[in-house]
Amino acid sequence: MTALLLILIPLIGGLGAFFIKEEKQVKSWSLIVSLAALAVMVYVLLSGSPENKIYSADWLPQLGSSFSLVMDGMSAVLCLLTVVAYPIIFITTWSSKYTSSNSFYGLMLLTMAGLLGVFLAADGLLFYFFWELALIPVYFLCSKWGGERRIAVTFKFFIYTFIGSLLMLVGLIWLYYQTTDASFSMQSLYAVKLSTAQQAWLFWLFFIAFAIKMPVFPFHTWQPDTYEQAPTAVTMVLSALMVKMGLFAVVRWLIPMFPAGSYEFSNIVIGLSVAGMIYASILAMQQDDLKRLIAYSSIAHIGLMSASLFTLNESALQGAMIQFFSHGINVLGMWVVVELIERQFGTRKISELGGIAQKAQGLSILLVIVALANVALPLTNAFVGEFLMFNGLFKFNIWFAAIGGLSIILSAVYTLRMIQKVFYGNTNELTAKAVDISWFEKAGLIVIVAFIFVLGVFPKPVFAMVNDTVTMILGIFK
Amino acid sequence: MNLILISALWGVVMMFSGLFIKSRTAAKTVAIAGAVALLIGNMFDLTGKMIISSDFKGMLQYDRFGLIFLTVLVVALLIYFLLSGDDVMAVGKHPYEYFALIFFIVCGAGLVALFNNLLILFIGIEIISIPLYILTASDKRNLKGNEAALKYFLMGSFSTGIMLLGIAFLYGGSGSFRVESIAASANDSFIIFTAIGIVLIMISLAFKVSAAPFHFWTPDVYDGAPTVFTSFMATIVKVAVFIGFLNLFANGFAGVTAKWQLTVSIIIALTLFIGNITAVYQQSVKRMLAYSSIAQAGFMMFSVFAINDMAKQGLLLYAAAYSLATIAIFAVLSKMKDYTFDGFNGFAKKQPVLAFVLAVCFFSLAGIPATAGFFAKYYVLTAAVKAGSYLWLVIFAVIMAAVSVYYYFRVIQAMYFKDGEGQDIVVAPAFKAIMVVVAVLIIALGLLPSLLTNFLTLY
Repeated sequence: MTALLLILIPLIGGLGAFFIKEEKQVKSWSLIVSLAALAVMVYVLLSGSPENKIYSADWLPQLGSSFSLVMDGMSAVLCLLTVVAYPIIFITTWSSKYTSSNSFYGLMLLTMAGLLGVFLAADGLLFYFFWELALIPVYFLCSKWGGERRIAVTFKFFIYTFIGSLLMLVGLIWLYYQTTDASFSMQSLYAVKLSTAQQAWLFWLFFIAFAIKMPVFPFHTWQPDTYEQAPTAVTMVLSALMVKMGLFAVVRWLIPMFPAGSYEFSNIVIGLSVAGMIYASILAMQQDDLKRLIAYSSIAHIGLMSASLFTLNESALQGAMIQFFSHGINVLGMWVVVELIERQFGTRKISELGGIAQKAQGLSILLVIVALANVALPLTNAFVGEFLMFNGLFKFNIWFAAIGGLSIILSAVYTLRMIQKVFYGNTNELTAKAVDISWFEKAGLIVIVAFIFVLGVFPKPVFAMVNDTVTMILGIFK
Repeated sequence: MNLILISALWGVVMMFSGLFIKSRTAAKTVAIAGAVALLIGNMFDLTGKMIISSDFKGMLQYDRFGLIFLTVLVVALLIYFLLSGDDVMAVGKHPYEYFALIFFIVCGAGLVALFNNLLILFIGIEIISIPLYILTASDKRNLKGNEAALKYFLMGSFSTGIMLLGIAFLYGGSGSFRVESIAASANDSFIIFTAIGIVLIMISLAFKVSAAPFHFWTPDVYDGAPTVFTSFMATIVKVAVFIGFLNLFANGFAGVTAKWQLTVSIIIALTLFIGNITAVYQQSVKRMLAYSSIAQAGFMMFSVFAINDMAKQGLLLYAAAYSLATIAIFAVLSKMKDYTFDGFNGFAKKQPVLAFVLAVCFFSLAGIPATAGFFAKYYVLTAAVKAGSYLWLVIFAVIMAAVSVYYYFRVIQAMYFKDGEGQDIVVAPAFKAIMVVVAVLIIALGLLPSLLTNFLTLY
């Protein structure tokens, strides 16, 4: 029942938000709703009782589908990330103004409900349902409150992901007819015995859907444009949380359902991911727009995670799942900084900024820490994950590890260059009047920085959380 | 039987009311009363209490599927009257006659849903078609409407001829008009007559449901006819013919599935491709809906293709989802002056409630989860997967569904994201309330399709 609450709170809260006309009130309401979800999540984790982590009810018995939720280690990590990220997003964008803010916050909360549904669903059809539903509010958010080219860009994003998920649906329906007990439940889908040839084509039907969402090269073309055009609060949701849907689905659905297919095509997938890492890093170096820079850097990071998942060894899997959380936190920090800069100076162009550190020290210190975490410096949270992932990749194939390793160097190049150009150097007439950020924006960033350091030196709790998922995946290949 | 009787009688009642009641506006009230009477009659049909309970020596069969299907149809009719009744009266000088013709069409639909003999099927299809020719030309001063009606009449008569020929061939093959006898003759050792008969009937029914390559009349007729009748033709009439199509193939030709499935699959692929791709290029929402109705017919054809339990439930859901959404969209459209996509710019600011309902309807047509359209598509596609060995067709269909998102979402984009004044349309509060009911129905079926499909297995 408690697991159900996690979805219900943002769902009802989101629907309620549409009816609150006053802007201040709707902001407080959304913050309260997201904090309530956080409280429930903390309760679930602390209570440790397994009953809180599952829920099941009849939904469509004649279709073999039930409303069942299961929170295993990996979903716990991602649910936690979601409920932690949302309050931070609401706090740091508190001063941003949106026309008809009630719809904006309502849709944000509905997205949250969809995301939590995806991370919890333990039934194939239900999973598909939430997978699509999470997309609809995002479509409205980006198209209504985004930048100049928002309508066309968001539309491309929508149709892209929609095609992917429909292909997945066909695979799912086909798979349903192979189950012995005509059921969409996770166990029944896992238990289907398939020949290698069947696994091969089913693997691609599902993988393309997930690859578009992540996105893995060459399915990434929607991503930089969408990140750039979306309002920054939505970009935070997209890049910190929504891309994790694809990675999550690979571990929860793809690998257990088609182990032979995953093993057979691991070289291709890792090859694509590594190619994407290098490609995106090189492009990131040439961007002048902060949002595009972070968008490309995000593709590189996601590439490493998707490569690691397919190495199918313990170290890389553990690293990837820790990185799910760390990347979410770090990229959130990066977007917060972008949002604060854009709100103050009205531009995101690196070439038009400079010398902000002289005026806004709080912002600069926090940004530098977040940026260093983004390049995975030791002592930061990302280091733990990346180290493990490269370790695993190295065991899988030394060449992939070597080529992928280049992206670490490249990421240092573009991140440090960005810090230098934006925060140091001389001020221009735009940045001369810079003021530091307000206390609650600092508070939001400090929470992020705290996560960065704590998980950087003490990652054990997350290890403990994802342990069962890692064991499950490795168990399949024993 | 109640439904067939009441609809025929009420058609006559409507015509005479036109003579005796002077008030023009009363026509709508009489029609709504008729629809309610039909609904009640249908309920009694379902419980087996009929005015005349004969099956006319096996000419009709009162199976549950057909009766439930008629319930959906009558509910759609009621909503159609409630939303668009005023627009029907505004078409021309003879409001009572228009409603009378609609009731005759419903009578035909009743025959088509319950036939057990090819003669009844033929009569039903004809009763549906002839009033439609008249309705298309009902706006006498509109040249486009006249042209469309003539075109429709000529091509429709041609397809009727083909159907009659097909029935004759089937008779030649089996020596009977009864569906069971035809089913008995349509087995592995069937003779060439039966084969020709099946193909000819397939062609003529494909024409009636506007499946490619027999769809050429559709855009012109839908565009030329008064918008309010386009709505009726594209929804209630189309799904009524589909039930006949499905029943005939499921009960008559199930024994030789392998022989015709490939042909039907090609028809489906062509219909989906032509309907969706052409709809993308339309500038008028009305014409776009005409092509989209071709595309949706492609999805409904999946039920004819698969002819299993899933297919029947699927067609039922599809009929409900598609009719509700399309009727609601046309109801708003017929109140507007500018039919282009740009005409919808800024609509959400002007009419937030109607815009929301329209958005739900377009989501449903596009098959987005949590709307009835999703489960409609889900059921028919699942039925096709279950029928086996045609997975390429299903994959092609879902790609075409993604294409359909393109043109459906253009309206949503115009309403919500583009700046504009928004057209002034005058609607009564009752109209809005019924629209909201439609949206609620669509979402309810989108969360729990069993609300409808369970009726098939109840009792």
